Amino acid sequence: MTQTLRTALLVGCMMAVWQLLFWYAGSNALTAPLDTIVATAQLVSSPAFYPHLIETAKAFAVALGIAISCGILIGFTLGVYRFASDVAEPVLVGLYSIPKITLYPIVLLAFGIGMPAKIAFGAIHGVVPIAIFTLGAVRNLNPVYVKAARVMRLTPWRIASRVLLPGAIPEIFTGIRVGFSLTLIGTLLGEMFASQRGIGHLLIQAIGLHNIKMIMALTLLLVVIAVAASAMLLAVDRRLRRYAL
Amino acid sequence: MTPGRVRFALAALLVLLLETLCRFGVIDRFAMLPPSEILWHLGKILTSGQMWPAIGKTLANVALACLSAVIAGVILGALIHRWRALRETLDPLFAAYYAIPVYAFYPLFIVIFGLGDFPQVLIGFMLGLVAVIVNTLNGLDRVPPVLIKTARIHRFGPVQTALRVTLPFAVPYIFTGIKLAVAYSFIGVIGAELIMSRTGLGYEIGYAYNNFDNAVMYPLIVLVLAIAASVNTLFFLWEKRLIARRRR
Repeated sequence: MTQTLRTALLVGCMMAVWQLLFWYAGSNALTAPLDTIVATAQLVSSPAFYPHLIETAKAFAVALGIAISCGILIGFTLGVYRFASDVAEPVLVGLYSIPKITLYPIVLLAFGIGMPAKIAFGAIHGVVPIAIFTLGAVRNLNPVYVKAARVMRLTPWRIASRVLLPGAIPEIFTGIRVGFSLTLIGTLLGEMFASQRGIGHLLIQAIGLHNIKMIMALTLLLVVIAVAASAMLLAVDRRLRRYAL
Repeated sequence: MTPGRVRFALAALLVLLLETLCRFGVIDRFAMLPPSEILWHLGKILTSGQMWPAIGKTLANVALACLSAVIAGVILGALIHRWRALRETLDPLFAAYYAIPVYAFYPLFIVIFGLGDFPQVLIGFMLGLVAVIVNTLNGLDRVPPVLIKTARIHRFGPVQTALRVTLPFAVPYIFTGIKLAVAYSFIGVIGAELIMSRTGLGYEIGYAYNNFDNAVMYPLIVLVLAIAASVNTLFFLWEKRLIARRRR
């Protein structure tokens, strides 16, 4: 059996479970797979949906940009110095495991309702894993590389940009992959609480109105986007690792 | 100075900085209370006892979500490990799993199961489950073949082999999964409470926020963070002891 066939089988099984659940729980609780796909297609093709999609995409893109640049900067700076990384690593791991969703009132008080709060909430979720992976990557790099660079009298800046960063890229990319999904979740959560626009807002609105068709269509759309993006990033990740030293 | 002391000093400095900023009005009282006041209010809330039902309910749900995720995850992990075709079929799902915003399913669960505790526990369970499965698989992959051969010589059945040889070997890896499950159960349960529920710590924080009641909101946030951090630290220490004992 090839991988494509297996994946098709997996999707088929999940659809079957979904259909069975629909038969069991009834149309008051959820919509059937086929109806949901049709509803999602309608949603995506309706012009009223685009402002929301663009709003979410914009917030997510900015949040991801902030998370990646800050995460790499923090992780890289700490990773270069052994002592600093010893001090910071448990703190970062601790930050990773606390329920950041409880911080949303603070974020809202600091940024107000709207775009900045969403971006901040997404970035908070994404920055920590990227920093942790970058820190680990830089610290665990083979010391021979740095020694060789010193022998060649490279300046610290060139060691960082020509040796440490390229060597750490595969691991950093794994961090970005994890950070990508967390940033998406963070942005959506931010929209659920702190916004009048965006997919998260549509979702919480649909919950309030008990609009099951809308909830299911949005959920399906999010799952499809998330799984597609994650599959793409995973493919790049595996490629990078294969070419790594 | 050891890293631990530096960490402590940095944390103390940060709290002191926040305290000064709040006291001198750089940070508005409306935005944040000084840390000393937060602690004082926290003490008041804890001694008055009004929050204990919410705290108890949230912690019970977190424990339930975490425990069921660990038990189900280890069992499923052991089963999936034995059945190669199933594993190769499920691998893409595991890889993409954490990209799926699980909270998006929460409204669905409320509709199906009602607005009780169950949907929240289910969210925590779903977040934790795959982390345990993936780490169990990872641990079982590393069992040296000689151990399995020894088990076969002793005529162990598959269940006995799993319980007495392979799973004990995989414990350090499973532990990574358990730690993640603990963190994810907290995140899942409290997040779900915040989004929509009628009781629990997450609900109380959201309620206080909507009423601009900083004297309740900040202490409760600090309480949640403190509980989550101490539970994580406890597991970290337990794991360290476990690994140290194994090395001996």
